Amino acid sequence: MKFGIVTFPGSNGDYDAYRGVIEALGEEAVYLWHKDHDLQSVDVVILPGGFSYGDYLRAGAIARFSPIMTEVRAHAERGAPILAICNGFQVACEAGLLPGALLRNNSLKFVCAPVSLRVENSATMFTSGYDAKEIVTLPIAHGDGRYSADDETLKRLEGEGQVVFRYAPDAIQAEEAYNPNGSMNDIAGIVSAQGNVLGMMPHPERAVDPLLGPADGLPLFESILHRVAA
Amino acid sequence: MIRYRVAVHVVPRRGLLDPQGKAVADALHTLGFSGVAAVHVGRHLVLEIDAADETTAREQTSLMCEKLLANPVTEDFEIATVSRT
Repeated sequence: MKFGIVTFPGSNGDYDAYRGVIEALGEEAVYLWHKDHDLQSVDVVILPGGFSYGDYLRAGAIARFSPIMTEVRAHAERGAPILAICNGFQVACEAGLLPGALLRNNSLKFVCAPVSLRVENSATMFTSGYDAKEIVTLPIAHGDGRYSADDETLKRLEGEGQVVFRYAPDAIQAEEAYNPNGSMNDIAGIVSAQGNVLGMMPHPERAVDPLLGPADGLPLFESILHRVAA
Repeated sequence: MIRYRVAVHVVPRRGLLDPQGKAVADALHTLGFSGVAAVHVGRHLVLEIDAADETTAREQTSLMCEKLLANPVTEDFEIATVSRT
């Protein structure tokens, strides 16, 4: 299977995603330059983390106009998988691939830490490798991760099972402090109505090697592999 | 065509949590400005636009705000001033 990782000016999670796919998953990966109009026949598109266009105006606001986004949008409309991580999630929201927006953390601080997440929907093409309601640990690294949407959108996301990951308390993170950014409904990751675009603030691609801590991100990539190969 | 200078305010939508505004308000309280009830931190943009008339310049600016300059999910905008350069 072939993964395409979009590199915007200012992306910094692209290599992590590339390495995760090649080394941890053992699959093929290519970089997709933001100015190109060619997805190189990839099966899966990854919008990586970073600070595309310096987060000018708003995080993700400029990247959505990159030439490659025309093809990324068409990829989404075909129902093909898109994994949008961190800044990629912000780009996907700005581009209208996912509903809502990501605002400044309520603490006003950039938070770089492992967090506990509950897998709220393990029936998506991205999460079939997890148990229902499994608690996993993934790293976050963001300053603008507070998921916000209007009431109607939130109700729809909750009702349709589109909330995929939620910040959750565990033994380390106290009950009142487990939500690292003030996200509405503790939302850490959502899928599109069609189910083929996943946006999430935590970094699964930075949790694929047991040498560096829990490899809880690996099942996410394996889930995509099983689904697309099937 | 006339060149207009258009100033736009983009502010967080009322009712949405605005931690930046709250932090600034807290700092002002610390300085003794106890009368500050709330602060909202947004962006001030100044555009120079060539348009046939002021109405067109305003319409163009509104469109730009809806499409890019403000996030329709979380922000409101207002055109503060329009003047000839």
